[in-house]
Amino acid sequence: MNPSLASQAVNLLAALLLLIAFAMLSQRRILTLIRLFAWQGAALAISTLIVAYSTGQTHLYFSAALTVLLKVAMIPWVLHRLIDRLNVRWDVETLINIPTTMLIGIGLVIFAFALAAPISQMANAFTKSTLGIALASVLLSFLMMIVRRKAVPQVIGFLAMENGLFFAATSATYGMPLVVELGVALDVLVGTFIFGIFFFHIREQFDSLDIRHMEKLKED
Amino acid sequence: MTHLPGIAFQILQSLFVVLAAPLLVGWLNQCRAWLQNRSAPSILLPYYTLAKLFHKDAVIAHNASPLFRTTPYILFGCMWLAAGIVPVLATDLPFAPAADIIALVGVFALARVFSALAAMDIGTSFGGLGARREMLIGFLAEPAMLMTLFTAAFISGSTQLTTIVETLAHREFVIYPSLAFAAAAFLMVLLAENARIPIDNPATHLELTMIHEATILEYSARHLALIEWATAIKLFAYMTIGIALFLPWGIAEAGDWKALPLAFAVLAVKLFFAGAGLALIETVLAKLRLFLAPEFLSTAFLLAVLGMLTHFLVRA
Repeated sequence: MNPSLASQAVNLLAALLLLIAFAMLSQRRILTLIRLFAWQGAALAISTLIVAYSTGQTHLYFSAALTVLLKVAMIPWVLHRLIDRLNVRWDVETLINIPTTMLIGIGLVIFAFALAAPISQMANAFTKSTLGIALASVLLSFLMMIVRRKAVPQVIGFLAMENGLFFAATSATYGMPLVVELGVALDVLVGTFIFGIFFFHIREQFDSLDIRHMEKLKED
Repeated sequence: MTHLPGIAFQILQSLFVVLAAPLLVGWLNQCRAWLQNRSAPSILLPYYTLAKLFHKDAVIAHNASPLFRTTPYILFGCMWLAAGIVPVLATDLPFAPAADIIALVGVFALARVFSALAAMDIGTSFGGLGARREMLIGFLAEPAMLMTLFTAAFISGSTQLTTIVETLAHREFVIYPSLAFAAAAFLMVLLAENARIPIDNPATHLELTMIHEATILEYSARHLALIEWATAIKLFAYMTIGIALFLPWGIAEAGDWKALPLAFAVLAVKLFFAGAGLALIETVLAKLRLFLAPEFLSTAFLLAVLGMLTHFLVRA
């Protein structure tokens, strides 16, 4: 694949990633949120594949495969099971209304782009211009964790943040060493399971997944 | 100094848009009927309706001011002007330097202001309600529209629609993520501005939901015909702006008679698919509550801004 076409394709996928991050930010239904998360993983895997193919870095093939396995199939499946068992499908509540969240999101994107501009000038990877987008999607996922009131969307925000970090690593330095990536992948998987157990405990304790209840230290 | 073929092209294009606009509406209605399992009306039905309306006597309220009478002509004139500026069949028309994209949005805004004023002129409650809703949609849709157009303007380095189209049509194939964002935003603005389904239902006269229909409730006969016609031209103009920005291939240059049949054929194919696509969108989507319209349009604005930012970051 010639490098300019590959970099165009990676740019397009980066834009798609950013779009999905915004779609997640504006989404009210948990089921759609999980589906969007899976799509984000798919876009990530494709862009990793393209980078792997055009740079000849074999370990990136493994991380692309790992992404598909983990973020497109396994974690969404676990999350589906979780919300089925917890019986929470609809209740995504936000602290501030969605148009305002979107406007804050635009501000974050501008901030991230400004922040990444000097860094990407120093990088020499052909995907360097996507670093700003990766940073922006990290910040957007962070925003999503902040503005969501319920526990499940917050966890999805956390996982989406990991997606953004992974994309940043791929675009800035053609990926981390395979051992690190395996470790992170395992951490995310284990994290999801632990979160799942936490959900049940939170609900058992408070009869709700609203994490506001956890701010109180003692019962009144 | 403009030469004769250019002017001939200009006249041809303006006439073509005005005459073909009801056909597009007819085709759209036909597609919608098929998709909803109804037997479709004739594709020429909008023409029959216009002819019928032109033959009737106009009924005008006693307290109507001259503004009410002149507004249909102003609307029709605005839309016709817009149709003359947009490169539909050919680029580099003699009219094109008269207005760039910002002025084009201004022409649409002028039409909107007059339609809102005329709606309030009679003093019925529906007119005022419709005018207010129309302005709400308008003031939210306009920034999104401008941002969309700016994205294309940044890529080609000019706000002249002709230059934009020529730059985009004659480039080598490059994927522009920013244009993809802009196209999505433009589609949403098109739906909102033309009173299409997620925002307004063009086929209903239900008091609580109507927006565009409420503003023209008091019109009859030739006035109504002109407004309906202007609405059709507006839809046609928006669709051709979208085609010009995002799918500009196959357009002819002014004065190039040999490229004209091809330009006609390509445009017809594009509009054929665009009309069917719009009908599909209108069938699969449900109408939004009025209070969700700001959210819809702020999403469009967001997409347009993202497109512009992506353009700056990725330089593509």
